[in-house]
Amino acid sequence: MKIAVLVKQVPGAESPLPIQPDQSWVDEGAVAYMMNESDNYALEEALKIREVNGEGEVVAVSLGPDRIQKVIREALAKGADRAIHIQMETAGAIDPLSTAGLFADALREENFDLIFTGLQSDDLGMGQTGIIIGEILGMSTASLAMATEVGDGKIKVKRELEAGWFQWVSLSLPASVSIQSGLNTPRYPSLKGIMGAKKKEIKVVTPSSPDPTQSLEKVYVPQSDKQTVMIEGSADQIVGKLVETFRNNIKVL
Amino acid sequence: MDILIVLEDNNGKIHRMGLESIAAAQQMAGDLGLTTGALVMGAHGDALAEEASGFNIGEVLKVNSEYVASYSSDGYAEAVKQVIEQENPNYVIFGHTYQVRDYAPKVSAKLMKPFLVDNVAVRSNNGKPVFTKLMFNGKLFSDVHANGDGPFLISFQSAAFSSDKAESGSADVRDCSVNIDASMIRTESESPFQEEAGGVDLTSANIIVAIGRGIGKEENVPLAQDLAKAIGGELASSRPVVDAGWLPSAHQVGSSGQSVSPKMYLALGISGAIQHVVGMKGSKNIVAINKDSEAPIFEIADYGVVGDVLEIIPKLTEALNE
Ligand SMILES: Cc1cc2nc3c(=O)[nH]c(=O)nc-3n(C[C@H](O)[C@H](O)[C@H](O)COP(=O)(O)OP(=O)(O)OC[C@H]3O[C@@H](n4cnc5c(N)ncnc54)[C@H](O)[C@@H]3O)c2cc1C
Ligand SMILES: Nc1ncnc2c1ncn2[C@@H]1O[C@H](COP(=O)(O)O)[C@@H](O)[C@H]1O
Repeated sequence: MKIAVLVKQVPGAESPLPIQPDQSWVDEGAVAYMMNESDNYALEEALKIREVNGEGEVVAVSLGPDRIQKVIREALAKGADRAIHIQMETAGAIDPLSTAGLFADALREENFDLIFTGLQSDDLGMGQTGIIIGEILGMSTASLAMATEVGDGKIKVKRELEAGWFQWVSLSLPASVSIQSGLNTPRYPSLKGIMGAKKKEIKVVTPSSPDPTQSLEKVYVPQSDKQTVMIEGSADQIVGKLVETFRNNIKVL
Repeated sequence: MDILIVLEDNNGKIHRMGLESIAAAQQMAGDLGLTTGALVMGAHGDALAEEASGFNIGEVLKVNSEYVASYSSDGYAEAVKQVIEQENPNYVIFGHTYQVRDYAPKVSAKLMKPFLVDNVAVRSNNGKPVFTKLMFNGKLFSDVHANGDGPFLISFQSAAFSSDKAESGSADVRDCSVNIDASMIRTESESPFQEEAGGVDLTSANIIVAIGRGIGKEENVPLAQDLAKAIGGELASSRPVVDAGWLPSAHQVGSSGQSVSPKMYLALGISGAIQHVVGMKGSKNIVAINKDSEAPIFEIADYGVVGDVLEIIPKLTEALNE
């Protein structure tokens, strides 16, 4: 089983997100980057499939500027066998069709049995890159995977539906599957893994960027017209005011 | 037609987000001077067409094919692609449902036309629509436009438009044929099922104490349990808490968990991502405690505290127990 896993470097959940003066994008210099949350689960799922099968290859693939080698190294340290870095300036680029096209070009010749992506990126939140890649490469596709079973030339995927429903779907291989968070327990890299990662191959490809089919005009902080009563003070004062609010305003005590 | 609205089946009724899409399309049609049409398919196509014909839409198209009788991403993507090619709309509007997440990107790839997803608003700028999209899990907004020639695929976030605003009218229904064969369907689906609820019914709770990733670690969960007990409420959580195995999935509130509307929803260390908010924004009173004053949860909170939940929760429990 030859599996590609797409891992994206995105601002961590707690990272500051200062906006550039011209509003074209966030100020990347101030951002604390991490591996995209659902990609971490996708990587774990691929590593588990390789371990259960006792053979196969897991290739970490990422697109972005040089800084993303950090998540590539992290994926290698966790156990990916090798990596492909598609080098590209991504600040303010928001076109999944172009991005997916570049991934498809980089992966086509490799003939992967499976491509795993995260369900959606925590920065752009497009939720479509993996499915588009699959479609371009003529693979079957499924999204929102909460469990996988590989065998008999197929992958069975437990898909999450709305409001707590699920459905098992069986896909012919090759398949591109987008992975939802929570389906496994992602591992941490071991010290040995971290040392070993230094020796693993990272193939760098540098395609030219295609014309985007969608473009960002600006980013900004949402404004809400909701009036929120802010409760302030020391922790004890806050607690006192909260109890009062529960009792007198919300009337739940 | 200029705008094609793709309506999703929810057990023989138009999915709520389909009605919202009708409202969205009607607004776009008004702003940009465009015509509309709606597309229905599936086993309940007749019922959906009948319902759709009661809205102010140019016409309703009904696809009849055994390959769309039940949902498959291949079948639906191919059918929608073929209808788009036949009808040549400039915009194709979807609700941002899980089903749309699954197949609409395939339509985008087949047509090599962009899919602008998860929008909360649209406005016209010199006769061209500009869409407002959530980014960074709702922490920032962005204005986005499509380039080149349509058709452009567009999806709107839940509740971006009110279904009450969908204007009624009367539209004719037209049958549409598509050319699909069995070899195009590469997936096989089993019946949908629900996981054991585990005896947690959040929907009837009067008070909900909900924790998010801000609770920090599993060992801190009992602090919230104690608070829930002290205040007589049910314990709930955001998705990461369930993903980490700190609480069973029956406690999850949001688009893939339960939808709740208690008298008071206490959000502790929850950022307020849209997939969480859709499950709790109907609460009568939302009280949020978060250490980040810019967390999106404060945009919907009635009462807010900028502070550390680990400090406030135990003190609050103590005060309530007195
Ligand atoms: C298709 C799909 C379906 C999803 N379904 C759901 C769903 O059903 N339910 C759901 O909840 N999510 C769902 N999600 C995930 C959702 O997008 C968010 O990732 C999730 O809601 C974030 O949870 P959180 O707020 O707990 O974590 P985070 O976004 O990480 O926020 C943690 C918050 O805690 C605050 N904090 C940290 N430490 C402290 C402290 N000591 N004191 C006070 N505050 C603190 C931080 O400032 C931050 O705001 C779904 C996502 C997708 C793509
Ligand atoms: N630049 C990128 N580098 C690596 N993976 C990516 C990139 N963009 C998208 N992906 C993958 O595609 C998934 C969905 O992204 P998106 O369509 O942007 O929501 C992510 O979770 C990643 O697995």
